[in-house]
Amino acid sequence: MSNIKSLKKDLKQEFQKEFVFKRLLNADVLYLNSEEIVPVLQHLKEKRFFDFLMCVSGAHYPHQEKNFEVCYELLSSRDMTRLRIKISVKEGELIPTAQFVYPTADWFEREIYDMYGLKFKNHPNMKRILTHHQFKGYPLRKDYPADLQQHLSEPLEFCMDNEPDGNPPNDEGKDLMPLNIGPSHPATHGTLRIMALMDGEKVHRANVEIGYLHRCFEKMAEEHPYNQVIPYTDRLNYCSSPMNNVGYCKAVEEMLGVDIPPKAQAMRVILCELSRIIDHIVCIGAAAFDLGALTGFFHAFTYREKVYTIFEKLCGARLTVSMTRVGGMANEPPANWFKDILQFCEEMKKGIEEIDILLTNNKIWMDRNQKVGAIDTEQAIAWGYTGPCLRSTGLGLDLRKSEPYYGYETLDFEVPVGTTGDAYDRYLVRVEEMRQSVKIIEQVCKNVPPGDYSLRDKDIVLPEKKEVYGNIEGLMNHFMLVIHGLRPPKGECYSVTEAANGELGFYLVSDGGPKPYRLKVRPPCFAIYQSFPHCIRGSLTADAVTLLGSMNIIAGELDR
Amino acid sequence: MTAQKKLSISAEKFNQKTEEQAFFTSRVDRIVAWSRRNSLWPMTYGTACCGIEIMSVLGPRYDLARFGAEVVRFSPRQSDLMIVAGTITEKMAPVIARVYEQMIEPKYVIAMGACASSGGFYRAYHVLQGVDKVIPVDVYIPGCPPTPEAVIDAVMLVQKMITENRPRPYKDNWKPGAYR
Repeated sequence: MSNIKSLKKDLKQEFQKEFVFKRLLNADVLYLNSEEIVPVLQHLKEKRFFDFLMCVSGAHYPHQEKNFEVCYELLSSRDMTRLRIKISVKEGELIPTAQFVYPTADWFEREIYDMYGLKFKNHPNMKRILTHHQFKGYPLRKDYPADLQQHLSEPLEFCMDNEPDGNPPNDEGKDLMPLNIGPSHPATHGTLRIMALMDGEKVHRANVEIGYLHRCFEKMAEEHPYNQVIPYTDRLNYCSSPMNNVGYCKAVEEMLGVDIPPKAQAMRVILCELSRIIDHIVCIGAAAFDLGALTGFFHAFTYREKVYTIFEKLCGARLTVSMTRVGGMANEPPANWFKDILQFCEEMKKGIEEIDILLTNNKIWMDRNQKVGAIDTEQAIAWGYTGPCLRSTGLGLDLRKSEPYYGYETLDFEVPVGTTGDAYDRYLVRVEEMRQSVKIIEQVCKNVPPGDYSLRDKDIVLPEKKEVYGNIEGLMNHFMLVIHGLRPPKGECYSVTEAANGELGFYLVSDGGPKPYRLKVRPPCFAIYQSFPHCIRGSLTADAVTLLGSMNIIAGELDR
Repeated sequence: MTAQKKLSISAEKFNQKTEEQAFFTSRVDRIVAWSRRNSLWPMTYGTACCGIEIMSVLGPRYDLARFGAEVVRFSPRQSDLMIVAGTITEKMAPVIARVYEQMIEPKYVIAMGACASSGGFYRAYHVLQGVDKVIPVDVYIPGCPPTPEAVIDAVMLVQKMITENRPRPYKDNWKPGAYR
């Protein structure tokens, strides 16, 4: 709090004006006029060390006079304080772009333009990003029907018009060859499109097109009751589905102001860490596969299948488990489930060593990965990197340590960091993170707290089936919750968890109704991937594959 | 058809290496169908979650190689079975239609999962409501995502279709763009 007081004073001194601060559900919010946004951001970044811009999100309030709101989520890596900045604008009003202060704002602002039709002044590339280029209208506005599809006749022509840093390299006197990679290409995971201008073997400039898997998650979330959104979250980062469930449910629970029972917390930690392992397995396995090492893929998938077996025992599904509910878990774990996990941990330890032996000192693997896509900490922060990609540059920022949740503060584990930030370091960080995750799982499994797996608040959680069929009160509570719906109080929150790729944030606005009014996902790889054209410049085409694999871009959460 | 449905290759006959029994009779189309069905080269059009499951199907536990379909080609010109694994969005629709056109006959399509079959639970502004709006589909697999067993079942169904040379009017009468 004192921090905010000094910030208030500081801002008053600097700008000779009293700013409006509010406290909304554990978060400090600063209200600004749209023309003040750039100088204030500049000041906050340089003087107050808010070095991360985590997320920029929009919202539509058709009944207000200023009917759009734009939110900036800032984080200071120095003392881990967060600050939300809000501006309200009318339709048609121009907002100054923040991308010259924070380069990461580029795509976030384009997304707001795409979804709401708000334009940003001086933004060099104000074009649609997620929906296709023939799309008419702005889908996240409240008056756009969720199921109104618009067909596309022809894919976007090869174009070279987005230059994230504003100063394109000089093309003059060069014989450049256009090269289109994807979207249907094995190395681009079937959904990413890279357009490159080649100078011989080297990438002179590159442009990326995303949105090939834009499944309208945010619109769907606005159309469904809170608990029915959970299956949609599964399909964000489908390599580690349970983590998205946990992130979303944590946001709703924060909104409701409830804490889940210790047993549910333990189960969520186990699910999260298991999914971190399998996410890193897919990342490493697929990266090896893309570079031609098919054995690595088969090897890694053996262990992924073992985790699937554990998930199947818990709930019957393999990939998209949807095991969390708002208020806890869906059901009791089966007998011996924790023992099975401990046994898996033993196997996994051997598995990690095998992957280590197979790749770490492999000459080909080293040659292909070292010095590819290297990025320093300062650049990484500017682009909004989080997770293994940020840690590989040497900054040990991990939300499990810095803003612990679900009892991570009581667990003994370390945060591995790299030194150079290249693809090889990212790989090393991921392997070490898998080891640490095994360590966490073992600690939790050995001390599972007793008690219930879910809250028993009749306004939040459905009663158990035996109650529903066994007595009238259970039946009534079930009926009421289904008909009336889960209704968090009016308000908003931004809740974060450390997902496999980095900070997974859910910005949730509730109007007191049974459906989320606005749910914005801050996907970690959205920020990371927008630095791709910058990182690939001057490298070989073959390095594009390596870089893409090391960034671990999952289209489901990139495009949502 | 019915009497000679099965290809008349018998293991015992092969093993008895007497001169007069070292041959078998069949018809050319059956020999062709037999070899085609056991050498399907899938083009896995993996876009989303189902793409991860198709990796499992090809992976060590489920091992699609047992059905002769392990040579995954990402080039449409080398493949004869397209497995659409994942959501196809409006943005992707023209791309997949073009990739399908580039495949050489005879070609088959499996729509894997709810999204590829019907749009699934994404009744949304940017999601194609089933890949059969843009390309003809032979086998649909339910599930979100389907289990690997279901995918293997679908591949076996395609094999059966090839063996029986089942007529496919939906494909023969296909007009691009007519079902949008």
